[in-house]
Amino acid sequence: MKLTGAQIMIKSLELEGVDAIFGLPGGAILPTFDALYDSKKIKFYLVRHEQGASHMADGYGRATGKPGVCLVTSGPAATNTVTGLATAFMDSAPMICITGQVATTAIGSDAFQEADVVGITRPVTKHNYLITNANDVARIVREAFHIARTGRPGPVLIDFPVDVSRQVVDFEWPEEVQLRGYSIPSHGDAEQIRKAAELIKQAKRPVLYVGGGAVGSGANKEVLELVEKTGIPITTTVLGLGIFPEDHPSSLRMLGMHGTVYANYAVQKSDLLIAVGARFDDRVTGKIDKFCPHAKIVHIDIDPASISKTVKVDVSIVGDVKPVLRQLNKLVTNKRKDIKEWLDQIAEWKKKHPLKYRKDGEALRQEEIIARLGEITKHNAVVTTGVGQHQMWAAQWYQFKAMRSMLTSGGLGTMGYGLPAAIGAQIGRPGEPVICIDGDGSIQMTMCELTTAAYYNIPVKLFIMDNSHHGMVRQWQELFYNQRFSGSVLGPSNPDFLKIAEGHRVLGLRMETHDEVDSVIKKALAHKGPVLVHCIVAKSDNVYPMVPTGAALDQVMDMA
Amino acid sequence: MKQKHIISALVENHSGVLSRVSTLVSGRGFNIDSLAVGETHDPTVSRMTIVTVGDARALEQVIKQLGKLIDVIKVVDINTDEMIDRELMLVKVNAATQSRSDVMQIVNTFRAKVVDVNPNSMVIEVTGGESKVDAMLELLTPYGISEVVRTGLVAMSRRSTLVAPAKVALKTKKLKATKEEALALRKREAAKKKSRQMAKDGL
Repeated sequence: MKLTGAQIMIKSLELEGVDAIFGLPGGAILPTFDALYDSKKIKFYLVRHEQGASHMADGYGRATGKPGVCLVTSGPAATNTVTGLATAFMDSAPMICITGQVATTAIGSDAFQEADVVGITRPVTKHNYLITNANDVARIVREAFHIARTGRPGPVLIDFPVDVSRQVVDFEWPEEVQLRGYSIPSHGDAEQIRKAAELIKQAKRPVLYVGGGAVGSGANKEVLELVEKTGIPITTTVLGLGIFPEDHPSSLRMLGMHGTVYANYAVQKSDLLIAVGARFDDRVTGKIDKFCPHAKIVHIDIDPASISKTVKVDVSIVGDVKPVLRQLNKLVTNKRKDIKEWLDQIAEWKKKHPLKYRKDGEALRQEEIIARLGEITKHNAVVTTGVGQHQMWAAQWYQFKAMRSMLTSGGLGTMGYGLPAAIGAQIGRPGEPVICIDGDGSIQMTMCELTTAAYYNIPVKLFIMDNSHHGMVRQWQELFYNQRFSGSVLGPSNPDFLKIAEGHRVLGLRMETHDEVDSVIKKALAHKGPVLVHCIVAKSDNVYPMVPTGAALDQVMDMA
Repeated sequence: MKQKHIISALVENHSGVLSRVSTLVSGRGFNIDSLAVGETHDPTVSRMTIVTVGDARALEQVIKQLGKLIDVIKVVDINTDEMIDRELMLVKVNAATQSRSDVMQIVNTFRAKVVDVNPNSMVIEVTGGESKVDAMLELLTPYGISEVVRTGLVAMSRRSTLVAPAKVALKTKKLKATKEEALALRKREAAKKKSRQMAKDGL
């Protein structure tokens, strides 16, 4: 049948199983929006800012494993998605971003709303395309989805010129994807797996270090089997939270700059570090040349470029975590007797250095609210965060046990990620509780999307941890800049969040005292619509434990 | 320890691929000494030769990152001990009558060619490995060089062959239009016909 490029675009998205698109129209993308108007399979969600659309697509992608889709126009709309693309790129989140573009004949002439989007987004996408012929639309959409969701997932951008979207051609759907330059590792080399199993057998102080790659692979069963079979203790990165139940006795919780003391000690004193779907990020390793000084390292990762990038490894296995662990699990045995001394030492560290928070004074503490949120939702909600102190406390105090439940901008650290990501996640997981734990600084960056939540009645629960500051910045200025709080005090200038909630037509609740915590949380969760909870919390607490930059992991600072 | 390395990559012959590769290499902090690119015998495949300086560990990262690019089909580090490398240089050197014969001697020794002559200067073309071209340049310098253009190295391994799989025609299928789609198409055709008629009638 003969269809326009725009109609082929929409039909291709439908054939790829897309059921939701987040976006905002404009001149260059009008024909596509017109074609979208007829779609019976795709529901369109109109946002207030394209950055919001890009984070929504990201949140949808992380929450479901299917690439989220955002559709925006050319020029400024496309550039507004760059932050969202970079966020997804750093955290390997699958998403597709379709941007309008001026006519092919006008490209390069500084036309109205023109931008070199392919050039601008090259370093922040897994791949990108400029469609020059309507005959390529179906193939490109198919390829884009394949690239976004396979191997190490990532964002793919499709730049769609308006004249191509009007071109009428014969629609043919490709039966396969052919990409000579793209291969997807899967099973891992049997010999390398055998070597890893041998190292595990000999280790006396092993530790499992699991990251977002295990979540992307959907390997929670395999990780659980590995730990339960061998008894090896496990720590996760912030993106790995949820891969393993944190209340399990083998869990060391999160490691790194704001991880637990016992996780950091365990890694530094280990003789074998088994890295699974993690990339040795600087927030995790502390000073690189002092990282894990006594250990051999086994690294399982789907991206060969991540292996030995910053830390030299001894046995590398390039493959998808799930099938690799399945093989490895066949070769490992119970080590509990073997490593009894090690496990006893770890238990001692856990007892001596538990996570704790300040309880002095009347002020409400973020840790307290987050811990109660965890307990009341039975650690099963989808949680998104902004960036800063509240993000670290969310990672420490919620206690995750389900995969794809901690959606946070770990790599790029994007303030404003929380609310739109929560909206995208809720659309992808309807009926499940979705909670955004945000800061008073972070929320103001993408607060306009409250309108999106209200208009479509997307029942996300937004908890604004209002400490009147850019908390993490304030902490660093207190500890390292002689308490010179340059640009970190929000207090007097913060808007009235409850009036904002009312203005956006969202239920607003306030939480200020300890006895309000449970009742307000329950009220928010029970409300059949979006809720904004304004939590007035302690103004000058610091996140501990903390490994400052330049320090080794075992030089972790803890609360007195 | 910093060493010179030669990376050879087979890439899809699309517009933008050169930009992609160079953005990646420089974006990761590596310095490109030279970059030469051209089509191969397969018109859908181009070959790039990148000369970069860095330590072996840094080079390993560059190669892995290049391999990740969808448009890069194959990428290898050429072993400089067993490669054939060539570069072409055009040099415009001052050669007034008295120095002309000296310059000609250098040209002959290097088996180079004179490709242009005028009363004050001549343009010399020389091909060879990097050391030959460097040496030629050094010897000509005392006579006064006004312009130099070099292509950058291209290289090939003596022992192995770098080949890309051929492109195969993509299999597609035609899908039947649904009732709504067929209706929308008919409507669109009717609207086009109407507007063409109106244009004819001068409306």
